[in-house]
Amino acid sequence: MKRLFSARNILILLALATILVFFLAPAKGVLIVVNARTYLWEMLSILPPILILIGLFQIWIPRETVELMMGSKSGLKGILTAIFVGTVAMGPLYAAFPLAVSLLEKGATVFNVAIFLCVWASIKIPMILFEIKFLGPQFAGLRLALTLPSIILISFFLTSLLRRK
Amino acid sequence: MLIAIIWGLALGLLLFSLFQDKAKTWRSLLFAWKFFRSMALPVLATIWAIGFLLTFLTPSLISDAVGRESGWRGIALAAVFGSVALIQAFIAFPLAGSLLRQGASVSAIAAFVTTLVMVGVITAPLEANFFGRKFTFWRNFLSFIMAVIIALIMGRILG
Repeated sequence: MKRLFSARNILILLALATILVFFLAPAKGVLIVVNARTYLWEMLSILPPILILIGLFQIWIPRETVELMMGSKSGLKGILTAIFVGTVAMGPLYAAFPLAVSLLEKGATVFNVAIFLCVWASIKIPMILFEIKFLGPQFAGLRLALTLPSIILISFFLTSLLRRK
Repeated sequence: MLIAIIWGLALGLLLFSLFQDKAKTWRSLLFAWKFFRSMALPVLATIWAIGFLLTFLTPSLISDAVGRESGWRGIALAAVFGSVALIQAFIAFPLAGSLLRQGASVSAIAAFVTTLVMVGVITAPLEANFFGRKFTFWRNFLSFIMAVIIALIMGRILG
């Protein structure tokens, strides 16, 4: 299973599918490449600084600091740190994955890292402003008020599910 | 703007680090490079998959499917679309807003927006690459369930 769905095999599959689309519907084939290129540029514009930050974080921040802030004894402080970092940090979710991994490696708990990931994905200040503008303050406010406790619940269940085995 | 801030922050800290300790800075960059090599292929595969998705799953197709009907089918459809779609929030919110004004149910729109940001089926292989399959499955599954619950509550209150 794992071998079958490796990144390399998926790439080969995508390449074959794209060639097929090119033959069946050339216009759609061009669109696939154009769309992918747009995202490639977006990714390339944001990835290098994030990698630099991860490298600096990895070498400069001692393990003890992360453990203290987000480790098993961090309690409420850990949750608040995870929420704060997730809200303030910028960039798409895939940029959060490597950061979250280095947090885990430095001794942060799965619970806090899960909160960090979910918050990063769903609660962002510019995003909230946009939601208020287009869906109204009632909709945005209520959704935000429901999302935050949900994230904590999700992370709680996730941690207990992962611990069971 | 956002990108400029991140670049400024990264380069500023890098310069600061360079002044403080050359060897440590070099080790940081080496670590960053190794990290890049480990994630390059999955990221490339994800980008390509996004290219496919944007081509075949257009916003108009989504709006057709969750447009006017409400109830369970609308919520379920919206939640599934939100989980699969990779639309930037800056496109998704205006789209969701226009659907809402056209008479789509509050629950369906809430389900769509919430799963869009919290559940990522297309990015799941990438996520599993970092955190393992079990973590990825449960995080996305639990997020999906919570999104539906949030949608139902919002429909009750605002609908």
